Amino acid sequence: MLGLVGRKLIYLVPVVFAVTLLTFFIAALLPGDLAVAMLGDQATAQNVAALHKKLGLDLPLWQQYLRWLSGAMVGDLGSSHRTGETVMHAIAGRLPVSLELMALAEGGGLLIGLPLAVLCAARSNSVFDRATSSGAFAMLSMPPYMLAILLIFAFSIRLGMLPSTGYIALSDGLFANLRSLALPAATLALVEWPVLMRVLRSDMIATLQEEYITAARAKGLPKRRILLVHALKPSSLTLVTVAGLNIGRLLGGAVIVETIFALPGLGRLLVDSIYSRDFIVVQGVVVFVAVGFVMVNFTVDLLYILLDPRIRHGRV
Amino acid sequence: MAAFEAGAELEAGTTAAPSRRRRGLGIVFWLAVAWLGLIFGLAALANLLPLEDPTRMNLLARRALPSLAHLLGTDSFGRDLLSRLIFGARNSLTIGLIAPLAGLCVGGSLGLVAGYFRGRFEVITVGATDVLLAFPPLILALAVTAYLGQSVVNLTAILGLLTVPPATRVARAATLAVAQREFVVAARALGAGHRRILARALLPNVMTPLAVLFLLAVAVIIVAEGALSFLGLGVPAPAPSWGTMIAEGSTSLDIAPQIAFIPAAAMFLTVLAFNLLGDTLRALTDPRRAAP
Repeated sequence: MLGLVGRKLIYLVPVVFAVTLLTFFIAALLPGDLAVAMLGDQATAQNVAALHKKLGLDLPLWQQYLRWLSGAMVGDLGSSHRTGETVMHAIAGRLPVSLELMALAEGGGLLIGLPLAVLCAARSNSVFDRATSSGAFAMLSMPPYMLAILLIFAFSIRLGMLPSTGYIALSDGLFANLRSLALPAATLALVEWPVLMRVLRSDMIATLQEEYITAARAKGLPKRRILLVHALKPSSLTLVTVAGLNIGRLLGGAVIVETIFALPGLGRLLVDSIYSRDFIVVQGVVVFVAVGFVMVNFTVDLLYILLDPRIRHGRV
Repeated sequence: MAAFEAGAELEAGTTAAPSRRRRGLGIVFWLAVAWLGLIFGLAALANLLPLEDPTRMNLLARRALPSLAHLLGTDSFGRDLLSRLIFGARNSLTIGLIAPLAGLCVGGSLGLVAGYFRGRFEVITVGATDVLLAFPPLILALAVTAYLGQSVVNLTAILGLLTVPPATRVARAATLAVAQREFVVAARALGAGHRRILARALLPNVMTPLAVLFLLAVAVIIVAEGALSFLGLGVPAPAPSWGTMIAEGSTSLDIAPQIAFIPAAAMFLTVLAFNLLGDTLRALTDPRRAAP
């Protein structure tokens, strides 16, 4: 098991390195001068020269990369040229909002998807199962921006129950905070549940064919116990992987949802920096998110090894 | 970003096809085909149809409800919604088809060659796909758009790039599964060169999973194009695309929700149709696929 962890860890290093390399060199795609693009209409020869000096744009590209990478290693991703705020400070301020949003979304997705999956697997091919599975399939074709406007229309405009924009910090009260996150989190939860439900359902149907389930039935164990303990536990392994992989999709969804609902999260920071051509922030956020995503996937892999006794004892 | 993991699913075979038993193809399948036929037909014939200019504003007829003059009404600038919907379909479908096609050609060839020759090339290819997959897809698309600038060509290239890694993985997995089989060995024994083996023995076996991936990728890319356009980073204004139309309509949800709902419905049905086609093809070609 340690060998497996070690091998994954060794693979992690070049991937993270390549991610930083790619993030940095995407900037080379920019047609023309980075400093001119950042300064926009107010660019004077003097301003451009000053920004060149500050960002080290006159150095060869590989030196610029080394400079940026050595800063990034110690958490210095530069600072916004509009506001002067350091990128790390901006990220630290926005990250909790995005994390809370994603946690609520994933939780909500599980809350809908898990019971439906168990019910469907228990009566696979029944009318209920077919209706739910078809519904989940249709929901897969619903992008977050579509769900967001539907929810805003229903709950904010028609029913007037929930706010459609604005964010209230946790420090201003848990209820107000959750209220302000209700629609955005619900949007992402509705995007998530079909994915989770489909995976868990097909895994559980496979598990329920196993001999030990037949044995448990023959022993006369209550149906509920067989479903929720004997079948659900081994079936939820793939769910862990999918939930981890979903973080990437959630991050993408968070960009959209944070923009629509005006939440001060990481995604909004990225989009705003793109609008204002604040490329130092764009670069910082992208590399932060990508490295974070790699780490999350690595952790999920480890979790999988820990959870599955067959892999843990090297018997697969 | 629904089903961006379509490639991963195909590769790992984690999604058992829905247990619905298909007798024939079913009415839903043909409805999906009919809808796509309708949309493609309208988009192709857009110039021949008696439609208003999709960018012509008429501030006197803003947010008009459907009428004989404007069959679907008008948007917040008084532009004809039906016309924008059909010309928008042109943009959304062109990008939605060309991007995955290009990505699949590149990724498919890479995967095929990597799976056949193995060795260092395979290590590098697999490593490169891992790096690309390390970026959440929409974030990568946003970052590249930020630098490259907005245009239909750039957008197609960026979204095409997103389909390369899944295509590479699917093609490599499919190639690995058959590369040692008897018919390949036989072809080699008969003196076939690498090129002939790749093209005549291996390619046909890779085509089916790639075709399934293509249909699912079209659905994903239409959604992704919509997302970028929704954020104002997609098809440049004033040209219509479904994502732009939904974004523009979302600002007047309270007074005229149909402006956002009409393009949203069109996009939903189209994406659903492609997903259905992809799913049907997957179920048809290998109902018990454990792993390709």
